[in-house]
Amino acid sequence: MGKRRVAIVGTGQTLHRSHRPDVNGQELIHEAVRLALADAGLTIADIDAIVIGNMDHFEGINAVDCWSVDGTGGTMKPVIKLTTGGTTGSTLAIGGVHLVASGMFDRVLIVGWEKNSESDTTGAITTAFDPVWDRLVFAGAISGLAAEAQAYMARYGATDRDAARVAVRDRRHACNNPHAQLHKPITIEDVLASPMLADPIHLLDVCPRTDGACAVIMACEGVAERLAPVPDWIWATANRHTYTYLGDVNWGELDSMSEAAQELFAKADIREPRKQIDVIELYQPYSFAGIIWIEDMGLVERGKGAEYIWSGATDMGGELPINPSGGVIACNPIGATGLIRCAEAALQIMGKAEARQVPDAKVAVSTGFGGCMWTDMLLHGRNKPDF
Amino acid sequence: MKQTAIIGIGMTKIDAQKPRDTFADMAWEAVTRALTDAGIGFDDIDNVITTSNDFWDGRTISCMAVGDASGVRHKNVSCVEGDGTFGAFYGLCRILSGAYGTTLVTAHSKGSESVSSLITNAAFDPLTDRALGLDALTAAAIQAGMYMHRTGTTPEEAALVSVKNHRNARHNPYAQLPMDIDVEDVLASEVIADPLHKLDCSPVSDGCCAIVLASEERTRKIGRKPVWIKGVAFYSDAYYLGDRNLAEAPALVKAAQSAYAQAGISNPASEIQVAEVYDAFGFQELMWIEAMGLCGSERAGTLLASGRFGIQDRLAVNPSGGLLSGHPVIAAGLIRMTEVVRQLRGEAGAYQVDDARIGLAHGINGICGQSHCVWVLGSEQ
Repeated sequence: MGKRRVAIVGTGQTLHRSHRPDVNGQELIHEAVRLALADAGLTIADIDAIVIGNMDHFEGINAVDCWSVDGTGGTMKPVIKLTTGGTTGSTLAIGGVHLVASGMFDRVLIVGWEKNSESDTTGAITTAFDPVWDRLVFAGAISGLAAEAQAYMARYGATDRDAARVAVRDRRHACNNPHAQLHKPITIEDVLASPMLADPIHLLDVCPRTDGACAVIMACEGVAERLAPVPDWIWATANRHTYTYLGDVNWGELDSMSEAAQELFAKADIREPRKQIDVIELYQPYSFAGIIWIEDMGLVERGKGAEYIWSGATDMGGELPINPSGGVIACNPIGATGLIRCAEAALQIMGKAEARQVPDAKVAVSTGFGGCMWTDMLLHGRNKPDF
Repeated sequence: MKQTAIIGIGMTKIDAQKPRDTFADMAWEAVTRALTDAGIGFDDIDNVITTSNDFWDGRTISCMAVGDASGVRHKNVSCVEGDGTFGAFYGLCRILSGAYGTTLVTAHSKGSESVSSLITNAAFDPLTDRALGLDALTAAAIQAGMYMHRTGTTPEEAALVSVKNHRNARHNPYAQLPMDIDVEDVLASEVIADPLHKLDCSPVSDGCCAIVLASEERTRKIGRKPVWIKGVAFYSDAYYLGDRNLAEAPALVKAAQSAYAQAGISNPASEIQVAEVYDAFGFQELMWIEAMGLCGSERAGTLLASGRFGIQDRLAVNPSGGLLSGHPVIAAGLIRMTEVVRQLRGEAGAYQVDDARIGLAHGINGICGQSHCVWVLGSEQ
């Protein structure tokens, strides 16, 4: 028996802002859910199951799957929570794929959300690390990223100017996306003149803190075609979560991305990713990742990431646009961020990306990054996958 | 639903405190036992689901701590937060989707390193309920009062659950609290939150559990003693306690009915021989038995007082000793599944239920059992 095909048929994103004092968490979730249902032409009664996730310690709410039902509409429905840190949103998307593909459910609502304004983000992330070995010397999000950037720069001679070019790209793209939090374009000089947070990372190299939620509705083959004129078919998923201790990481390369990308592309017979993929929504929490991780993904050779970025190939209109949405640097409600990448890739495939649409996008990749040096990946296509 | 099986089980002993073990140590012990039990190695595991809770572990991304020990390197992995039965459900879906042939599922927690009242208080709405001081225990006391008032269940009947389960635990080497007690002991124990006495409540525990799920095809190749999955379903009730009738469990009723329908069970009370249910508190076992239709139209307390639900009964409930005899949250539901597998294989030793062919395992998420997951397992394909 063949596998059950799964497609995205609707997406919803809230108004993303650094602070949403007008809504509580349940209301924020409800805003995204309502938009996704309307987008798919469904009501909550049509939803068979709900997958939800966030970072517990950010809002300080335990058992969010139970707490959130007034926002998701999950009362008397199957509700399950997945959470993997920064990757949570993409982990949710992959979870939705499996739940529909399993045959247990035909229409699944996937919700990622975060109210970062209510949290001490770094304080919470710090507790992710081993309390004895890693927490005192290394913990937090930006320290790991700075270590990666330094290792890469030492190996390949890249500069913070190269990275700034990535930030400029994403912030320019964000101006086309009404859902992005930051709509002001920046220059390379702006980036380099912004405060140094952790050498070599400047303030404008990194993501902001955002309140926001994203909802995605997935449906099985047979149902999806009726709900969406152009469903976004999920061709494959792959992920790696490898980090347990600081010493596990090959700093300067993202091994989880290399492994996941190889698996993802092999599953869908993608041999020349730059030619076969039309657009990428990369979970890129800081600019250097825009150089390093495209090498790990196999788009360009090792050490050639910066050159590829400078060529303009990843800009809108280039060979392979990356982050038409403006990406994570322009908007980062953490538990939703990975799911937003997935939703934005879906919008591209469905031809609904409006001012940020990549013309005739047929194949897209969305990714998630988090945990620590973890990667999730989904491959999206306009055609049904041929498995 | 395509045929799938549980082909390996492993768990740590449940202890009040495991000061020698980190989360990873516990996971390694459970995983190693599950793989050994299945007669396979990590190479036979296609993907991994770990189950944990950031609040109980005091760690953001708590699954990070057990990744290595669960053998996730070079594999696809995901992390469920909540009871282990929910982790197992996602693990099952990943097989049913055709993406993977086997899934290793783990679930762990260390109650000894946690403050239950603060952690479960954090599950209440921060604006409306949290400041009242509600936690899992005090909310359960409200539920106990409502359930006993509405059904006429007596404190003695509720105490009998604790008596039965602690006595059952005397035969289970993994149990934390094997005890030979009687109803008077329970009722004479300290009142924790009226009407709940100390011995009506499950203890604080450390532990980890792991199972291996496999597709039919892989089970044929590597499954030595498969137990088959007949049905599984989960549903969530409303969130606010005031929105719920705490004396009833509609989400459990629906989950059980759905699982029975998948399993082709029309009369659960006569077709199921063993049930491992989420007895976090004595009265809850009675409440869940009724909601799952395991005592027909009769009151579970009456039947228990008449001698039903023991190891030798035609429907044994918590022959392992249940959670009253050891309650590592998160792992708890996965342990229920593991105990049912033991029974259906005929490997439960001194607490073996005669002729166990169909078994039920039950897990919950949230306060007062807001969300329930029900598994029906069978010894025959």
